[in-house]
This record gives sequence, C-alpha cells and structure tokens, in this order.
Amino acid sequence: MWRDALLVAGKDLRIEARSRVALWQVLPFAVLVLILLAFAIGPDPTSLRHAAPGILWIAVLFSTVLAVQRSVAIESGEGTRDGLRLSGIDPGGIFLGKAAALAAELLVLQLVLWAGVTLLFDVRVHVVWLAVAASLLATVGLAGAGVLYGALSAGLRVRDTLLPLLVLPVLAPVLLAGSKAWQASLSTSAGSGAGWLRILIPFAVIYPVAGTVLYGPLQEAA
Amino acid sequence: MNAPVTSTRPRWLDVVGVLSVLSLAATVWLGLWVTPPDVVQGNLARLLYVHPAVATVALYWAGGVAAAGSLLYLWPRTRTLFWDRLSAAAVEVGAVFSALTLVTGSLWGRPVWGVWWTWDARLTSTALLLLLELGYLALRRVPADPAVRARRCAVMALLVAIDVPIVHFSVQWWQTLHQTGTILDPGFQLHVHGSMLWTMLLSFLAFTLVFVWLLAVRYRVEVLSDEVGDEELEVSLSERWSEGVELAGVSAARRGTDA
Repeated sequence: MWRDALLVAGKDLRIEARSRVALWQVLPFAVLVLILLAFAIGPDPTSLRHAAPGILWIAVLFSTVLAVQRSVAIESGEGTRDGLRLSGIDPGGIFLGKAAALAAELLVLQLVLWAGVTLLFDVRVHVVWLAVAASLLATVGLAGAGVLYGALSAGLRVRDTLLPLLVLPVLAPVLLAGSKAWQASLSTSAGSGAGWLRILIPFAVIYPVAGTVLYGPLQEAA
Repeated sequence: MNAPVTSTRPRWLDVVGVLSVLSLAATVWLGLWVTPPDVVQGNLARLLYVHPAVATVALYWAGGVAAAGSLLYLWPRTRTLFWDRLSAAAVEVGAVFSALTLVTGSLWGRPVWGVWWTWDARLTSTALLLLLELGYLALRRVPADPAVRARRCAVMALLVAIDVPIVHFSVQWWQTLHQTGTILDPGFQLHVHGSMLWTMLLSFLAFTLVFVWLLAVRYRVEVLSDEVGDEELEVSLSERWSEGVELAGVSAARRGTDA
C-alpha cells in the first residue's frame, strides 16, 4: 500500500509539475484572497494585524477547495479513473498517494501565504514551533478530508458546485483551531495556543484513516 | 420491473401517527397549563418541554439511525437498499430536527442569554451538523444509479456522523454558555422534579414517536420515488423503441417507392 501511495503521489506531482495549474492558478488565487480580505477590512494596520491569522486560514481553506478540484480533475479524463482502478493498485494506496500529493502542494501554498501575511499585514510569528505544528497538522487533515470529499463528488456533473458545500463545513474546525493557534503564535508566548492543537490532532488522524478505509467503496461506486 | 408492493400504507404507520399526535397534544397541555412556571426562569422554562427532546431526536436518534444504516449498507453481508433508504430518511428528518433545535434554542437564548445567537461550542457544532446534513441532501439529489448513489451517500452519512459526538461532548470539552446535560448531569444527579420531570419525559416520548413516524413516511417516499423512476424509464424506453420501429417502417416504405 505504501509503495502504491508513493507511485500515485509521484504521478500527481509530476502532472502538476508539467501542467503548472496549481502554480499559476491556485497560488495566485490564494494571494488574491489575502488581498481581497484586506480590502474588506480596510487599511488600518492594527485591525489588519488582528485579522491576519483568520485571513491566512480562510485563504488556505478556499485554496484547498481549488486544489482538491484540481486533484479530482486529473482523474476526470476519458477512462482515467478506470485505468487507475484496473491497475491493481490498492485503493487505500491511491487515497494516501493523492493525499500526500495534495499535502505537498498545500505546504508550498502555506509557505507562500506565510510570506504573504508577513509582508502585507506586517505580522511576525514569535512562537515558530506552534505555527509550524498547527500548519503541519492542518495540512494532513486538509489533504485527507479534501481527497476523500473529492472522491465523493468525482464523476458528478455538479461536482464543482457540490464540493465546496460538502467540504467547507468539514474544514471549519481547521479554520477555527488554525486561526487561534496562529493568533497565539503571533504573541510572545504560546499561552492557550497549544490547546488548539488538540482539535487539529484528531482532525489529522480521523480523515486520513477514514479515507484509507472508505476510498475503496467509493471507487467501486464511481 | 418491481411489483408495486407499497401501494397500500402499512397499518402500524397510522397507529404511530395517531399516537404521536396524541402524545404531542398531551405534552402541550401539560407543558402550558398543568406544570407551574419555574422559580428562576418563569414561563421561559416551558421550552424545556420542547428543546431537549427535539435536540435528542436530531442528534442521537437521527444521527444513530443514519450512521447505523450506512454502516450496514457498506458492510457487504447486509448490503440492501433498505439500509440506504433508511439512512437517507434519517438524515432528512434529522436536518429538520437540527433546524428546530437551533430555532427553539434561539427563542430561549434571546430572553435568557440576551442574544439570538452566540458562538458557543454547542451552538456552533449543531449549526455545522445542519450544514453537513444539507450537504448530504444535496449529494442525495444528484441523479445516479441507485447502487452508486447509495454508496456515496453511505460514506457521506458516516462523515456527517463524526460531528455527532463533537456536539455531544462540546459542553464538556469547551465550557461555554450552553449548560451541560439537562435531566442528568455526567454524575447522574437528577435535576428536574415532579410534574415538570414527567412532562419532560413525555415530550421525549412524543418527539421520538414523531421521529419514527416521519422516518417511516420518508422511507416510503424513497421507495415510491424509486419505483416511479423505474416506471418512467420503462415508459420512455418503450417510447424510443416504438419511435425506432416507426422510423424503420418509414424508411423501408421509402426504399420501396424509390425502387
């Protein structure tokens, strides 16, 4: 299963490296969200700094939806899904592979957004380990939930409108806990921020496990 | 084609319907006229005969049936459309009760807490539950082969069910505005006494009966709509078929005149 996962992850990342959809569409979109939300809040530096963690995570969430749609679209070509299914690769391996590829993309995305909020909103992360831990845990959960819900909506004509409705409520805990942890990491001491990691940890466990188990039945259904 | 096995409504469904109306009426009568107003909250406490029962149905009954039905559908040995339809009916009824939970809670929150809505852990997680259920219903409406749709929906229902324990434990994990368990607290201490307790217990029975009745009705609607879908398919197939035969006849006749 793990070898299969590596194969699938390699395939997805190679396609991404060649097509550059994530690079030229998803990343600019994420930065656009940062700027648009800054417009909505106004130029006052204090309120911008206060809102920065929330804005960062909203941008992460919205971009995740786009990245998931892209990850599903890779397999939407004529017979591609059947090809993958008939290749004898373990469904759990396909899930883990696609999730790993998505996680890699999300990590890059978050690095860019981190730089973005630092530059645009003039915030400095003081408790670096807290911010990094929150981002890593969130990435695992986001990738797991994203690929699982992507599979749920794959092959449907209404896929693009249905996916955000299905996946965004599920990702809401990440928005909440991620923002809070980041808020704490901006101040000089971790304080209550570490407590919010306790929401992210089960999230990062439940969805990858659920996805590995449930991806098989979903593939048969598609 | 399936035989129209469901053309008559089962008797027990009517019995449950009548019982639920009667028990609801009794709850209204006891709740509004017989029980005394609360010492602290006055008449506001009468929402105690609606809100906890509705929330219990939304969370445990609907959530439980939906999760169990989906698991039994995904389990190969027990895979029948019965579980799929039951689970779908439970989510739909659950969505109605989740919405009612939010509305009744809001009605009580305004005078007691001073706000219609607050970002309390239990309120927020219940609102998320409603949104997840609406997502399920949207997925359910996407046309697909029954087996395909059933599998997708079963997975989705299990993912919705993840929120149920979160709602349940939210009042203990994050101690915010919403109080913990109403009749029993985690230490199993009884909080409500006398006629108020009996009225409350009756309200649980009444709303449970309403849930069972709605569940059965929605289950029947699922079965009937699948049957109608099958029949429409048969009809349009035979129409296309006869059109094809007609066209073949026309072209054959034309070839005859050409010759």
